Amino acid sequence: MSTVELASPARSYLEEGYGLRSWLTTHDHKRIAVLYGIGITFFFFLGGLAAALIRWELVTPAGDLVSAETYNKAFTFHGVVMVWFFLIPSIPATLGNFLLPLMIGARDVAFPRLNLFSWYLYVVGGIFTLGCLLLGGVDTGWTFYTPFSTMFSNSHVLMAVVGVFIVGFSSIFTGLNFIVTVHTMRAPGMTWMRLPLFVWSMYAVALVMILATPVLAMTLSLIGLERLFGVGIFDPALGGDPVLFQHFFWFYSHPAVYIMILPAMGVVSELITHGARRRIFGYRFMVYAIIGIAVVGFLVWGHHMFVAGQSMYASIVFSILSFIIAVPSAIKVFNWTATLYKGDISFDAPMLYALGFVGLFMLGGLTGLFLAATALDVNLTDTYFVVAHFHYIMVGGAVMAYLGGIHYWWPKITGRLYSEAWARFAAILMFFGFNLTFFPQYILGWEGMPRRYHEYLPQFQVWNVLSSAGATILGVAYVLPLVYLAWSLRYGARAGANPWDATGLEWQTSSPPPPHNFEQVPVVHEGPYAYRR
Amino acid sequence: MTLPQASSFAPNVDHLFDTLLALCTLVVVGVFTVMIVFCVKYRRGTSAERTPARSHLGVELTWTLVPFVLFMGIFGWSVHLWIRLRTPPKDAQPIYVVAKQWMWKVQHPGGQREIDQLHVPVGQPIRLVMTSQDVIHSFYVPAFRVKQDVLPDRYTELWFTATQAGTYHLFCAEFCGTDHSRMRGEVVVMAPADYARWLQAHAGIGLAAQGAALFRRLGCSGCHDPQSGVHAPSLENLYGSTVPLSDGSQVLADERYLHDSILLPKKQVAAGYAPIMPSFEGRLGEEDVLALVAYLKTRGTQTEKPE
Repeated sequence: MSTVELASPARSYLEEGYGLRSWLTTHDHKRIAVLYGIGITFFFFLGGLAAALIRWELVTPAGDLVSAETYNKAFTFHGVVMVWFFLIPSIPATLGNFLLPLMIGARDVAFPRLNLFSWYLYVVGGIFTLGCLLLGGVDTGWTFYTPFSTMFSNSHVLMAVVGVFIVGFSSIFTGLNFIVTVHTMRAPGMTWMRLPLFVWSMYAVALVMILATPVLAMTLSLIGLERLFGVGIFDPALGGDPVLFQHFFWFYSHPAVYIMILPAMGVVSELITHGARRRIFGYRFMVYAIIGIAVVGFLVWGHHMFVAGQSMYASIVFSILSFIIAVPSAIKVFNWTATLYKGDISFDAPMLYALGFVGLFMLGGLTGLFLAATALDVNLTDTYFVVAHFHYIMVGGAVMAYLGGIHYWWPKITGRLYSEAWARFAAILMFFGFNLTFFPQYILGWEGMPRRYHEYLPQFQVWNVLSSAGATILGVAYVLPLVYLAWSLRYGARAGANPWDATGLEWQTSSPPPPHNFEQVPVVHEGPYAYRR
Repeated sequence: MTLPQASSFAPNVDHLFDTLLALCTLVVVGVFTVMIVFCVKYRRGTSAERTPARSHLGVELTWTLVPFVLFMGIFGWSVHLWIRLRTPPKDAQPIYVVAKQWMWKVQHPGGQREIDQLHVPVGQPIRLVMTSQDVIHSFYVPAFRVKQDVLPDRYTELWFTATQAGTYHLFCAEFCGTDHSRMRGEVVVMAPADYARWLQAHAGIGLAAQGAALFRRLGCSGCHDPQSGVHAPSLENLYGSTVPLSDGSQVLADERYLHDSILLPKKQVAAGYAPIMPSFEGRLGEEDVLALVAYLKTRGTQTEKPE
């Protein structure tokens, strides 16, 4: 293929410069991905500490560990940090940033400076959020429901809102970058129907980011206007409508759920095909499912509001649309399962994460049907059933996929191999810890325990203790990768260009890749996952 | 520990829940079994036959359409129940609820007042007319399988028929500030005879009578009484009628309309009248407005002059 062989291998992107300055002024998508990785890891453990406090408090029914005010601030902080500073940027800003150009055979993203600017926005948003915590925190819940947030809360609502407002632009710019990159920078032969599913998921998620996030920005601005200047938008005492806020908020925040789960689906498609050494079953249907989820995801927000005072007929429409969006998710689960058929399956850590994802995502998705059914939702909404449901999707789903992806591409990102035994152990421990934490919460919800309760009735204690025990295991399982992955940076064996013997353009360049990814622009002749001919 | 089924909805809701649970369990067990079989049979190193399988349109369509049809079935069943949950029968007895940080205040038409408790009889459909004095709350009785958000400056409704005497938990289910988790209470369901005795023992001045007194004290009667010289809409038999508005539309005179006409009179002006009514926003608490509404509902009916 190539006619010119370079005399010496090129320096990797990690060796391009060692000073802090070389990192903070970089335009390299791979370095920016690493910067994001550091940021979201920090916020993940910070949000995790808040979760630990919540679970610790809930071991006993009485509110005896912390005050109600502190408890309310803890779950608000947990939600704000985990949603906006971990989950939403997690896969797109780290794995997406690193892999998208590599997977399509490009040298970088379309707008490298904008990419760096996105990271700075993320940092500034993060500083506001930390500042809000240091000043005393905010107690509205991550949903900022009005009129509580605008006229009744005495905490630092504005500071938190500004932080989220800023970080929102970081995801808008990332989305913009991804869309333009996929449209204009694919290598020769990389047609749309040859894109790896991870790239498709990044493309779909980028569309959702740039269409939905501005609505969040507007909504948060309106909160600011009402809180600062008393402009009556949401508070009925000022002539506003509190339910309007919920419509605005969920118009963003329901698509935001798909911002979290679509990338996870993309990652898992890569991991399962590699683990089974098979082409993905039903590539076209997988692509249509991704697009279908992204589009219909905009039309289901009202299912958060069945008991909020929305009209009976509106609820019926949102209910049927919510059932419809479950269809593409089901297609994906069936296709992943079918990909295993006649495979050559090995159970490396990334594959364990991927299989764990499919199981947990299925439980999270199926319980979503209960919440989509209006008559059942009446009893279940705002209880622990909902808490369990969305943690199965966002933690069982998105976090498992994120960690699976980090393990799979770790040799590519760092050039090092980690301890496979520890990695498998962590993945399995995480699976059990997760189920022990969140499965009892389904039962609590059906028994009627409302969410966001600092104190609860003694009859709920057994399940709460189990959940807290699971959270302890889960916490340990999350710290393990931090340790052995960090260890591998120094002591891990060096990875070759393609330690997994995987297909995909990202494996055809050295590990870690050179600053401009490829010595020669690759030419693509076939679709993804060509494991056996 | 199982949740009691204490309302007429509870068995129906549970029936749907159990069916969906069984269906989902079936799917989970099925898919997990297939995954495990594949993972064992096709693990690396086995001699299983592995000629590449091709994607098959028929297979894809089957597992697209079958879930779709099942989902639509569940949806239809759910909607059927949902419409019943949202449509109170005509003979439902209204009881008024005002939520505030962090308590539930209940007013019965007979003037009985309760805090963090609600007494209802077995077998009688009850319609709660609810509003909030401050932020959004949510009235949740798990044993009845009902829940409804309670909004400031707006009436929301919830109805149920209790079927079993007993005491059941009442929770606030929408986060409402510091003591949200203490905004709890109980619903006491009594046999009709016991309930009648309870009403007797706690009777006060009837809610409508309180409203009538307010109606005079606030000067409403100065314009709205038939003898008055001011050109103001008649309030006789207003409740439940259809009111033509000055913008050409029509509105049903329900509790919400009466409430809004007192607090936000310029929002919906009756056709043929000048918008001269002053607003009582900020001058009246929600409990007083409820008393006025209860009174207005009796205007022109035989119960207009209770006691």
